[in-house]
Amino acid sequence: MLTYILKRFGQAIPTLLIVITVSFFLMRLAPGGPFDGERQLPPEIEANLMAAYHLDEPLWSQYLRYMGGLLQGDFGPSFKYKDFSVTDLIMQGFPVSLELGAWAIVLALAIGLPLGIIAALKRNSTVDYVVMGIALGGIAVPNFVIAPIMALVFGVMLAWLPAGGWNGGAWANMVLPVIALSIQQIAAIARLTRASMIEVLGSQYIRTARAKGLSEWEVILHHALRPSLLPVISYLGPAIAGIITGSIVIEQIFGLPGIGRYFVQGALNRDYTLVMGVVVFYGVLIVLLNLIVDLLYSVLDPQIRYDD
Amino acid sequence: MRSSKHLLKALALSGGMIASLLLAGPAAARTLNIGVMGELASFDTSQVSGGVWESQVLMDVYEGLLKKGPDGEPLPGMATSWEVSEDGKTYTFHLREGAKWSDGQPVTAEDFVFGWQHLLDPQNASKYAYMLYPVVNAEAVNTGDQPLEQLGIRSLDEGRTFEVSLNAPTPYFLQLMTHYTAYPQPKHLYDEYGRRWIDLANIATNGAFKPVGWVSQSRIDTVKNPEYYDADQVALDGVTFHTTEDRNSAITRFRAGEFDIITDYPSSRYAWLKENLPEATHMAPYLGSYYYVLNQREGRKTADPRVREALNLAVRRDVLSNQIMAGSFAEGLSFVPPGVSHYQPQEMDLGDADYQDRLARAKALMEDAGYTPANPLRVDLRYNTADEHRQIAVAIAAMWRPIGVEVNMVNAEATVHYQTIAQGDFDIARAGWIADYNDAENFLTLLRTGVGNNYGAYSNPEYDELMAQAANTQDLDARERVLEQAEQLAMNDYALIPLLYYVSRNLVDPSIRGWEDNVQDNHPSRWVSFAE
Repeated sequence: MLTYILKRFGQAIPTLLIVITVSFFLMRLAPGGPFDGERQLPPEIEANLMAAYHLDEPLWSQYLRYMGGLLQGDFGPSFKYKDFSVTDLIMQGFPVSLELGAWAIVLALAIGLPLGIIAALKRNSTVDYVVMGIALGGIAVPNFVIAPIMALVFGVMLAWLPAGGWNGGAWANMVLPVIALSIQQIAAIARLTRASMIEVLGSQYIRTARAKGLSEWEVILHHALRPSLLPVISYLGPAIAGIITGSIVIEQIFGLPGIGRYFVQGALNRDYTLVMGVVVFYGVLIVLLNLIVDLLYSVLDPQIRYDD
Repeated sequence: MRSSKHLLKALALSGGMIASLLLAGPAAARTLNIGVMGELASFDTSQVSGGVWESQVLMDVYEGLLKKGPDGEPLPGMATSWEVSEDGKTYTFHLREGAKWSDGQPVTAEDFVFGWQHLLDPQNASKYAYMLYPVVNAEAVNTGDQPLEQLGIRSLDEGRTFEVSLNAPTPYFLQLMTHYTAYPQPKHLYDEYGRRWIDLANIATNGAFKPVGWVSQSRIDTVKNPEYYDADQVALDGVTFHTTEDRNSAITRFRAGEFDIITDYPSSRYAWLKENLPEATHMAPYLGSYYYVLNQREGRKTADPRVREALNLAVRRDVLSNQIMAGSFAEGLSFVPPGVSHYQPQEMDLGDADYQDRLARAKALMEDAGYTPANPLRVDLRYNTADEHRQIAVAIAAMWRPIGVEVNMVNAEATVHYQTIAQGDFDIARAGWIADYNDAENFLTLLRTGVGNNYGAYSNPEYDELMAQAANTQDLDARERVLEQAEQLAMNDYALIPLLYYVSRNLVDPSIRGWEDNVQDNHPSRWVSFAE
């Protein structure tokens, strides 16, 4: 097992290297630069700026400089948010995104799994249709529609909850964004669970279990549930990485200081170091979570073993 | 059924109670909550990127030689008085006695010398350094051709007097002194902490408020600065700036009572807001011009003055303002918007008001230039991606069709848009200009030959001559006439397509006092209070 984990880390290094290199050069291929804007800068001022950020050097030398910094854990300064380094920005924003994302996933699992199971057990019944109808709606309605409506209803009309803001992570401020974040995940998890549950319920060993005379609940809890979670787990790996790195839509609508916006704003502002910083961060998370997913497989399915 | 209803009610009640408990806070705190539309780039004024939301924060925590009143007009600030030399090129400012940084240290002329040198130091790569280029040697210092010490500023009388030498009389110089590029910086802190003086643990400011907290992308908290010379007159305990890029959610949070002021709202919401929050909804003229650039480089179809005149004639600005933008922009026929001090905007003469007549003239001009609806003029119209810009572009393309213009619309994100038009690779392009200071020169300089922001490359030696003459005219009335002449000339040349004037859009809680609409949309919180 340990050897397997080490091997996976070994494989992750070239993967990340490729991700970083491709993003670095793709970012530079995009037209426009960090200092292009509504007001054109006098050439001498642009020259000062380029020199200050080493953008006047050849690209390969900038690349080496960046990689050198990265090896020392330095993501560089943000071009746009000058009082913060990229590391500061990520370290300040990530806990917020993580907290929101973690709750959203907990909520999504708590609701999505039972819904999926119920739908699978009552397959092709009214219950199934209703649950799956709602799930489909959850996937189809984007959160930039749901979130403002929730803010309006619960923040303004009913005034039960704050319409936005982080407020140091007070629970009242988290309720609406967590729900908004989880709706699509509830839908996705319910659908996945239903599909794999139906498949598992049709398999031989379930028939055997039933033949042994076990009650339906025992069959489901002890024999069907674990294998039917496998697709959900493999979905959750990358999904968790996506959710805990924030959502620009939710952050902007509720005014939350997460890191989701940096993916979009960094790119729009051509804030090269910030974009690279969040991409590297996201890449590492994906690699880590995929590894965890693979390890969970062996826990859930005895047929999967990572022996040498 | 009944029990579930009760349960719901109970839930609602307890939820409401908890929420109101959470929101209430101490009753005495009178902190102003402002929703601003972007994030401050830095408390180091040399590193600011130019967003209007940035000056909002900075003018509350710092103060220049002059400050802004509630109406946006300059008032004595760190300087209580000043003299201007005969030739208009030397300003001597007498600093306020007892003016202090928030750490109790005095504000001296040395702090101004340091702040200005810091801004112009090429190593600091300040985007807005050019604002101080009227100062002797400023440009040379900024390009590294001269050492910082050669900058034409001096601290005299042991830091009680600050003297500035200018290249030419600069009538808007006092206006400039309220801008954040001309703020002092605390030299004693820079000496102690270097670049890290702006860390909240180290920072000291000289304005009415001082920053105490900053969560990036969320909020900046400030409290009243007890060392501020006018602290007795400052009603608020503090100001919190909430970064809220989504303008619709800013409205939601304003309605929820979380914000007392928001500094913008989408034009599409204007009608609704006016109807539902009439006392809070503000809209006022603003020193900004929304226009289309016409590329006049050789070989471009829009280099033909007949085409430029026809394009101008066919635009119905009243439709753009009233129908497309629902009254949230004012129609404009001049480049310089109304409201600029010591200036009368010079409108483009498009003849009679009857649109059909104008259209007929436009058609004749186009035919003259060789274009008809059967053989149309094909042009690219570029705009930066935004709903408003798209709506306006679509409307204008429709207005141009009858005179034989076929528009190909190209939109791009702002970065790409401005880079493309700066390179001159376009026919017609959307642009906007918000004044840095309240002076017509700030707009008109964009049409001078060779200026970076002169995207259309309009060039008329007579115009350049007039602008040079204005720069050397001290008498404000005489200068006004020269500048007006220049604008009239550019309008007669159809140098661009003036379309709309910007307006400022604010939602302000009706219980707020001391907040006034003004053309610069500057509202220092120092003047603001809540009605009891």
